[in-house]
Formats: sequence, C-alpha cells, structure tokens
Amino acid sequence: MKITAAQALVRCLELEKVDIVFGYPGGAMLPVYDALYHSSIKHVLVRHEQGAVHAADGYARATGKVGVCMATSGPGATNLVTGIANAYMDSVPLVVFTGQVPTSQVGTDAFQEVDITGITIPITKHNYLVKDPAALPQIIKNAFHIASTGRPGPVLIDLPKDVAGEMIDFYYPETVRLRGYKPTYRGHHNKIIEAAELINRSQRPVIYAGGGIINSGASEELLELAELISAPVTNTFMGLSSFPGDHPLFLGMLGLHGTRYANLAVTECDLLIALGARFDDRVTGKLAKFAPHAAVIHVDIDPAEIGKNVPVHVPIVGDVKLVLRALLPLLKKTDRSPWLDRIRELRELFPLRYNREDGLKPQYIIEELYRHTGGLATIATDVGQHQMWVAQYYRFKRPRGLISSGGLGTMGFGLPAAVGAQLGLPGQQVILVTGDGSFQMTMQELATVREQDLPIKIFMLNNQSLGMVRQLQEYYCEGRYMAVDFKFHPDFITLARAYDIKGYTIQTEEEARQVIPEVLTEPGPVLVNCLVSPQEKVLPMVPSGCGIDETFES
Amino acid sequence: MRHTLAVLVENNPGVLARVAGLFSRRGYNIDSLAVGRTDNPAISRMTIVVEGDDRVLEQVTKQLHKLIDVIKISDITADEYVDRELVLIKVNAEPEKRGEIMQIADIFRARIVDLGRRTMILECTGNEGKIKAFEESLKPYGIKELVRTGKIAMLRGSRYTNINSNGSKEDD
Repeated sequence: MKITAAQALVRCLELEKVDIVFGYPGGAMLPVYDALYHSSIKHVLVRHEQGAVHAADGYARATGKVGVCMATSGPGATNLVTGIANAYMDSVPLVVFTGQVPTSQVGTDAFQEVDITGITIPITKHNYLVKDPAALPQIIKNAFHIASTGRPGPVLIDLPKDVAGEMIDFYYPETVRLRGYKPTYRGHHNKIIEAAELINRSQRPVIYAGGGIINSGASEELLELAELISAPVTNTFMGLSSFPGDHPLFLGMLGLHGTRYANLAVTECDLLIALGARFDDRVTGKLAKFAPHAAVIHVDIDPAEIGKNVPVHVPIVGDVKLVLRALLPLLKKTDRSPWLDRIRELRELFPLRYNREDGLKPQYIIEELYRHTGGLATIATDVGQHQMWVAQYYRFKRPRGLISSGGLGTMGFGLPAAVGAQLGLPGQQVILVTGDGSFQMTMQELATVREQDLPIKIFMLNNQSLGMVRQLQEYYCEGRYMAVDFKFHPDFITLARAYDIKGYTIQTEEEARQVIPEVLTEPGPVLVNCLVSPQEKVLPMVPSGCGIDETFES
Repeated sequence: MRHTLAVLVENNPGVLARVAGLFSRRGYNIDSLAVGRTDNPAISRMTIVVEGDDRVLEQVTKQLHKLIDVIKISDITADEYVDRELVLIKVNAEPEKRGEIMQIADIFRARIVDLGRRTMILECTGNEGKIKAFEESLKPYGIKELVRTGKIAMLRGSRYTNINSNGSKEDD
C-alpha cells in the first residue's frame, strides 16, 4: 500500500509505541501534521518550540522512554537548539523532527530555511537530512535505536516538505543497519576481576555514582554493592535519586556545592569507584587535588569518557548494570568499620546546615517538600540556587525523581520539563521548584499546563534576583551587583490567575507549614510564590580553582 | 608527535563536515586530511594526519568512534606503511630554463603535464619529505601556483585496513 512519507513517519512513531509528541506546527510541517490528524498519538501543542523539546526531555527523563518532539523549518528548528544541546549534555534520548524547505529550495536561503543538520552536528548523537522518501522508515528505526542505546542522546531528522509529501511503499524494518555503531554492554571480564581485587583490598572505598546509574536502571545493584562492601556513596548532580537519600551510607552530592563530608570522603579515600559518571569540572574542582590518594575504577558505557579528565587504573567500558551484576559475585563482604567511623565523624563535624533565623529560608521550603512527599515526588527544577538547594535538601528515594538540567544548566528548562514529566507520569506528584529568574524564561508554558490540565505544583523561590550570579558577584566581584536584581516583577499571583491557575504567596515558615501540605493535595495546578531573602547563599562552596577539600561554609 | 590514522567512513553527505567539525571544536590539530571513496562505493576512506601526544590521540580516536558514520579507525603510525602525496606545481619556465627544470623533474621522477609559453606544470608523487625537497628545488625558478592532495597511506605487506579484516590494529 502506498502512503506519503509523512504518513509513514506517523506509522513509524506508532510502531515505536510513541504515545505522545510535543510540538509546534508550521508551513514545512503541514504534511506531517496532516498525517497526525488521523493518528491516535497525542500531540501536545506548546507555546514555544523550546517548550516542546524540554517537555520531550522531561518526559524522557521521567519515564525512561524516548521523548519525541517536532517543529517546523527555520525559526522553529533554531528554537529547538538549546533544548537539543541540553538533552545531549545530559544524555537524554530524544528523536527530534524538523520540517525543511522543499529539496529544490535547499541551499537557496529560502523563506524559513536554516541548515539545522549543520547547526546540530555538535549537539546531537546523530542527525539526518532525508532526501529519499523511501529511506525514511529505516532512518526513523535507526534514530530510535541510536537515541536509546549506548550512551543515550538526541537524534534529529530533518524532513523537506516535498519529501514528506511523496508516496512510498510503507514497510517498517525490524532491524537497524549501522555498521559504525556498536555500543559495548558487557564489561571486559579481566578488568572486572581486577576491579574486584582492588575493591576487596581497599580500606577506604568511596562509590561515586552518576547519571549512568539511572540510565541503565542500576539502582538496585548500586545499593547492593554499597551495602556489601560497606562503602559510602556520593552522587553527582545527574546521579541524584539513584541511591536512597536517607540511607546511612549516602553522602549526598559531591563537588562545587556538594556536602563537605562527601568531598572530604573523596579526598581521603584509597579507592574511588566511578560508576556512570564523567569527572565533570563541577565535580572535581582542581584536578590535581581530586581523590589524590585513590586508585580509580571507572565504569562507563562511553569509552571516550574514560581517561578524558583523570587517569584511571581500571577502565571498564560497559553498561553499569551489567558490569555490577558481573562484579558483585566476586566481592567479599568486608568489615570497614574504621572507615565508616571516620565517615560518621566527618558527617558530624561538617553537617549541611543553614540559619533559620530572619524569615523564610529557601532550604526550609525544600525540607518541607521532602517531609510532605517522603522523597517520592518527581521534582523538576530550573537552574540556579534553588536547583542546588533541591540537590542538597531533597532526599530522593526513587530513581528518576529529579528532572533537572545538569550539564548545560539551562534556565527555563523547569516548567516545560515538568509538563513532559507530568504527562509521562499521570496521577503522580510532579513538583516544579523554580526561581524567579528561570521561571520567567519559559512561563508561557503555563498555558500548556492549563490546557492539558496538569496538576503540577510550582514553587517559585522568589528572591527578586538572579541569586546564583548575585552570589558569584558577592564572592568574586567584591559585591558589585551588576544586572542581577530585578527592579520590576509582575504580580505572579495575578499572572497565574490569568492562566486560570491558583496562586499563593508565602513569606514565613508558619505560612509554609500551612500552605505546602494544602497545595500538594490540590487537584489542579498551583503556583506558590515563595518570598525569600536575596542574601541567602548556596553553601558549602568550593572556590574557583581550588580542590574540593577546600570548601567554605559562610 | 604526528600520527597517521586510516579511517573508514560511510560515504554519506556531511561526513567530512562531521569529522572536520569534531577536530576543530575539540581543539585537535589536523595536519592533513585526504578523503575519497574506496572499492566499495558506500565507504570512503580518510587519511588523517594529526598532531598530539598519546592521550590526545586516545581522545581523538574515541571521539571519532562516537560518530555514527565512522566505521573503523586504525592508527598505523607505528606500523610499516606506504604513504604518498601528489603535488602539482606551476613554475616559471622561460625557454632557456626549461632544460634545468626538466633535469630536476627527472631526479624527482616528476612528470611534466603542461607546457605553456612561459610556464610548466609538474606533477610529482612521493612522501612528504620528497614533496618538500621537490618544492624547494623549484623555488628559485618562481612557483606560480602549488596544489597538493594531502597524505594517503596504506599498510605494507599482507595486512590491511578494511571492514571485517583481522589483519590490522582495530581500535575497539
């Protein structure tokens, strides 16, 4: 049976069991949207293409499935760029469709033409410009495979309008054809034995676990490993929620705004077991002072991450879940009480803390959210101080509980990502913690929240400023606050009401205690404008250029 | 140190942009890059000469591997291989100088491929050292124009860099 390539595209999505796509139509996408008209796939119309790609990203992070979004050619495509880069940095599986001008006009600076495959080469795992309509099904098959396997990432498919309209014999291939793409899943056996020997000999091991644990679904194995070898666990920002936040072996996050005890444990350890993490600069601080006494075991599915920033004693390329399963039987249960005593001591000496005097503290709000949700909610965040406070004070107890932009640090990610997460997790509690800066970057998506009737609870920590930059200017620019304090804010409650969304303002602990549980049980969306002090800082903090043992706390 | 990589890639549009872009954005230095299709029309082969220590080379290789269109990478630097470049040089050649230039061409086993009223084009193949020496020898006559291909290379003996071969050092 002959159908158009655009209809084939929609058939492929159905066969890939895609139930939802996020998008924004346009001229070059007319054939695809016309094909969607007849499909059971739900299309979520956002208010800006950036919202579509972040929503697909939030959906993918929350569910573990591939997120799908689409936009038209030209500005539609360029509006996706930030979101694609964001997904690329955080290894989120996306398949992104863009319309393109007809092939006869490609390269002529036609209306709404942009070379989106050229633009996105550095920020996609792979991309395609479809020239042959008959090749489209195979390309889509490949795209889903590439996006979701190995180290996940976004794949873009650019579809010229005339190609979309051509008739093809539809056939969806069952296999991919990619001779240049063969991820390694099983770790090298001898290396796993070496790793086991190092672990069994180690006196002071620390497990440093990143987003790879979540991507490979290895949380159970991680917990088993930590308990078996009595090793404390620290998470990267991307790794948060992969290990229970209230577990006695949990050290919290490490690095720039990590806990002092996590950073000191890494500094003192004799073996660092890096699992699905990439020794990012926010984690390591000054490289020469990072885990200076430790042998390093590094397990990662991306060989290019191993040895990129630090020398590694035992490199293991593979899926962290499979590697841990192979490793666990080789490990001896070992008594490491002196090391665990030392960890306990560090924890008591340098606890996470903040001063609760003078009004409502942002950290308190996060603690209250934790208390009322038991660490089981899905928390989307934006980027800035509030994000770090979530990382420090919300003790995640369920993998995929945190939906946040780690690598790229994209302000404006939060609200659309929460939209995607809530659509992927109907009936579950999705909370957005945002800041007054980030929120205003993509708050047009309140319309999507309302239109889709999503019960997202938005807590905006409003300090009337760009707090993280303000904090940096205080430390590094001697308090010359430049372009960080907002002299005007809209009335956020009226704004919420304009979108038919309930709003509350809170500014005392008393109000927080009263309003938070109430809001969390509301059936619909709510915006809570939390007035907090602009002076509050994210601490501890590792000064720029220092080792992670050199944190300061006030 | 300079390394010579033999890289098999899918003969897809944009593959050169992907490879060249990777080198520039990650700050690797390409000395030369030559590309053309192989006996299999679906596959092209690149010969890339890249400057860097072992750590840089490890990263270059791993990052190249991440490109879906890259099928296979062999660092043949440490092996016995034949390498060649081709150069075309247009040189001033007044009638009274032609004899001398033809003698130089003879020494380098170069060929005269065009003879104008006042210029000649010479074609020469060889490894980098020979090409350089040839260029130096012609400089005194006045080089009007020079174009070279960049290095291509192939392992000596029965070993080969090809897909499904086990004769070469595969990097994965």
